[in-house]
Amino acid sequence: MSDLSRHDSLINTLGAELVPVRRLPPPWRRTLGWLLVVSAIAAVLLVRYGVAGMQQRWAATPDLAWAGIGALITMMSAAWAAFALGVPGRSSVWAWLPLPGALLWLGASGMGCLRKWIAPGTHAADMHGAGDCLWFIIGFSVPLSALLIWLLRRAFPLRPVLTAVLIGLASAAASASLLEICHSFDATATDLLMHAVAVTLVIAANAVMGGRLLQRQ
Amino acid sequence: MRFGLTATGTIGLDGGFPVWGERRFSVSSEPVTAKEQAEQRRMAWMAAAQAGDRRAYERLLADSVALIRAVARRQGVAVDLLDDVVQETLLTVHRVRHTYDPMRSYDAWLAAIAGRRAIDALRSHGRRDRREMFDSEALESYPDSGDASTETERIEQARYLREAIAELPPGQREAVEQLGLKERSLAEAAEHTGRNTGALKVNLHRALKALRNRLYREP
Repeated sequence: MSDLSRHDSLINTLGAELVPVRRLPPPWRRTLGWLLVVSAIAAVLLVRYGVAGMQQRWAATPDLAWAGIGALITMMSAAWAAFALGVPGRSSVWAWLPLPGALLWLGASGMGCLRKWIAPGTHAADMHGAGDCLWFIIGFSVPLSALLIWLLRRAFPLRPVLTAVLIGLASAAASASLLEICHSFDATATDLLMHAVAVTLVIAANAVMGGRLLQRQ
Repeated sequence: MRFGLTATGTIGLDGGFPVWGERRFSVSSEPVTAKEQAEQRRMAWMAAAQAGDRRAYERLLADSVALIRAVARRQGVAVDLLDDVVQETLLTVHRVRHTYDPMRSYDAWLAAIAGRRAIDALRSHGRRDRREMFDSEALESYPDSGDASTETERIEQARYLREAIAELPPGQREAVEQLGLKERSLAEAAEHTGRNTGALKVNLHRALKALRNRLYREP
């Protein structure tokens, strides 16, 4: 069979198989859907722990508030970037979208830690308390990552590992944001290290496993 | 046939990052080049195909072949592999056609998929090249002695292939058995299995791809 008729034959076959399809909603709408789930979890935590504790912490230590805002921005932008990269033809520049939020998150957390070294004495996390933060972030990141991977499997990410890294970043940032609601520790090197370990673990696990799950032949 | 995108007016856009190097289409009354017109036609065909218009879909795919070949050539795919890339890309387009947004460039969407398939072809070909020996004197210098180890290797390869075929989905396995192993013609296989020839061809294509992936996979 010549190549031309080979193509014609395949086109004819694919035409015969054609059925109407439901178009993939735009990335921003899919991001909103995922954020609704995160908001529902946040609402449950707010009902359980209240807003007062978080407001007091944030009023006394604005760097913690900025870190929380940074985590929120990272969560939204990383999820949006992941959904954008799930569509063929979208620019890989999208992968940089979470950078400003991540810098704010990292910078404010680091500043909080620095302040702690200069003026110690407030309630600081010991290893046990910081360990709880680690499990909180990992525990919430697993279902949130799974949901993002499931949503993105309907798309077609041409850079599955990069997309999976963004999924990891979005879910780790979401978990860190949720942790802010019930986080009773001030910023310390130990706590910050545990947060960094948790976020790195979530991103790395997503890069290894999520990349494979998103890769479709 | 719907040609809504050639109408006067501006199409609504999702999001808002035009500076990010992505092409969005707003159709105005200003004259457009033949190239732009051709792309707008393809965008309209794809939108119609998503709604189930077979005629638009077939015209679109036929129109896409040259674009896919151009992308593959730019990626450095050898001439003898170009048609494989075209076939793989057409199959992928069929499978992920729901991801196309008619407000955006069809050519950019297609080029991204074709580029991916071209890279896959280059990688797969590279792997095969590393495993195969191109030595014109090798056959004479080292003739197959037919010794026990060669025979064992052949038996082992046959067993591996049988296992790979056995693990294929039923439709694909049936196509390989009928068209490959029993060497039946398409018409005979269709009569024997009760499937139409188109489905058999697609199943065979997918089965061969799955077998290639498995047999040439990196250890």
